[in-house]
Amino acid sequence: MTAITYDGTFEGWLTVVFEVYEYKFGDVEICKKDRFQANVFNKHHESYFDQQKTTRVWKGLTQKISAPALSGLYQAFLSEEKGIENVLLRYVQHVFGSKQSIERDYSNAAVLTVVQTAKKVYREKHRMEAFVRFQLTADNLYYAICQPDFNVLPLIQKHFKDRYADQRWLIYDSSRNYGIYYNLSVVENVIVSFNEQTSKGKNIEVITDEKEELYQRLWQQYFSSVNIAARRNTKLHIQHMPKRYWKFLPEKQSF
Amino acid sequence: MSERLTEKLSILADAAKYDVSCSSSGSSRRNEDKGLGNAKGEGICHAYTEDGRCVSLLKILLTNHCIFDCAYCVSRKSNDIQRAAFTVQEVVDLTINFYRRNYIEGLFLSSGIFKNADYTMERLVRIAKKLRQEHNFNGYIHLKAIPGASEELLKEAGLYADRLSVNVEMPTEQSLKLLAPDKNRKDMIAPMKYLKGAIEENREEKKLFKKAPLFAPAGQSTQMVIGATPESDLQILWMANQFYEKMKLKRVYYSGYVPISNDNRLPAIGTPVPMIRENRLYQADWLLRFYGFKVEEIVNLENPLLDTDIDPKLSWALRNLHLFPLDINKADLSLIMRIPGIGVNSAKKIVAARKFNKLSWDNLKKFGIAVNRARNFVTCQSDHFSFKDWMPSQIKERILQSGASKYKPNFSPQLKLF
Repeated sequence: MTAITYDGTFEGWLTVVFEVYEYKFGDVEICKKDRFQANVFNKHHESYFDQQKTTRVWKGLTQKISAPALSGLYQAFLSEEKGIENVLLRYVQHVFGSKQSIERDYSNAAVLTVVQTAKKVYREKHRMEAFVRFQLTADNLYYAICQPDFNVLPLIQKHFKDRYADQRWLIYDSSRNYGIYYNLSVVENVIVSFNEQTSKGKNIEVITDEKEELYQRLWQQYFSSVNIAARRNTKLHIQHMPKRYWKFLPEKQSF
Repeated sequence: MSERLTEKLSILADAAKYDVSCSSSGSSRRNEDKGLGNAKGEGICHAYTEDGRCVSLLKILLTNHCIFDCAYCVSRKSNDIQRAAFTVQEVVDLTINFYRRNYIEGLFLSSGIFKNADYTMERLVRIAKKLRQEHNFNGYIHLKAIPGASEELLKEAGLYADRLSVNVEMPTEQSLKLLAPDKNRKDMIAPMKYLKGAIEENREEKKLFKKAPLFAPAGQSTQMVIGATPESDLQILWMANQFYEKMKLKRVYYSGYVPISNDNRLPAIGTPVPMIRENRLYQADWLLRFYGFKVEEIVNLENPLLDTDIDPKLSWALRNLHLFPLDINKADLSLIMRIPGIGVNSAKKIVAARKFNKLSWDNLKKFGIAVNRARNFVTCQSDHFSFKDWMPSQIKERILQSGASKYKPNFSPQLKLF
């Protein structure tokens, strides 16, 4: 068994895939560098990102599987689930080991796991497109804080860029500590340092636009007015809007 | 001022909530020239009310003043309630500001009838026009087509709206006469027919000229109130089927009647909302639209009512046991979709995966199909699986015993004391 460590990026992982073939490693265990714990029984190989190797693997894959299947690989990677790198490697080995595309070989364990994991991540992406709530600051920035289950900011930026093309916005993932910021022309990754006053979404009136509170109140009013009490169905409500998202939703705050 | 606005919003959202459509899918409107918003294919539910329904659009009435006196409607003329009306600017501001904060996909604007149909329709159209032209707003707009409105106004509405809908309200003409004496069925069917023609014409035009303007890209829909009048599921689903086939509607919505009146023509206040029936109708509707079922396979003269304790696909399968078991490794996709417990996506997965390997029971479980139901209707590549010759009633019993249907408490023979 060889333990391979890498930088934790998708590109870095593609380099690892190349090196598994290059060095003819048999059994491997791929692990992010910062999560690695040495084990005396394993050999250790440290992989460094290499553009050429990465490109070759990616190109090879594009010739074997469809574009949706390729994005599925990336989405599954963004799940950050423990051991997903190894499952993805087995998937890729299955791809290169067969003549036809195996992307629908759902009775293969690696294929099914990748497809199902990608689906989970996609659902979270969709939830973020639904549950992100912008607040308008006094300097005309629409900002939102979120804590998605998976690392989905890279997947949602196109949606928000296409939709809110005429407003500056920032979506911050406070559990992964980075955000995406749109400056009216491009979206870039940013790291923000919050000061104590505003870090937990409290005291927002200090920095928000004067109309912000009004619209939050109107939205709360709307949310409670469209409810039909005679049809109450709390189970369904929570199933669709799990509690962990509530703290970022103005309609779920009492007013 | 903001207090008055909040009050209006509460009145006019409350009055609009019985219109169940909240769909924001099926459009193709893109964000042009760095404007605001788009309406892409999938649709997004931004929130869910405590009754579990999706909130996708800002769904409001322009006003709840109404000259009609329809018994089933909260806004009926004779009802003693608070009345309010938005100004055009208020609706525009609410829509834009909610949209910019990612609360909504767009606007669903309806209205009580004030003065007459055209006068009302003209105001709805004016708001949509303002959003599109002055604010470069490309989010989703659903406008109610007011029965009796002129074709010119409907045509203009179609240019700004993504979806238009005319509610038929009642499944049959007799019920409509009884409960809404001011309305007549013809006034509802006429705009529907006109829109069908205009939409088809526009789709043809689009094929020839890409730049042709959009006309109601998300099509039209309608709604029927269920359980206020004595129609059978047979009547309701045949009517829905007509709308899908003849009028090319995108959706028919079924709205379980929420008792709001002491009128003796209607179920009394406190009568439970027929939610299970409504759910079964939607399941049947899905079978019509996505599973290739014909309406007469689901309800017919021998079976005019949907079963409430089991879903309509299972009911159909139990009536047609001679078609089963199906071999999961051989049967056509169209047949696999008909197996209880297997949905469209699982069926496609099965058909794709069996090209690589014969599928076993284990595989099916991992695909996420409802094993509990499907096992009574299929054979596959497994030793520990055997299909038994059960009677329909035995199968039903077995499924109800082992399943965890959300409706189980409603049908449990066990007495519930508390």
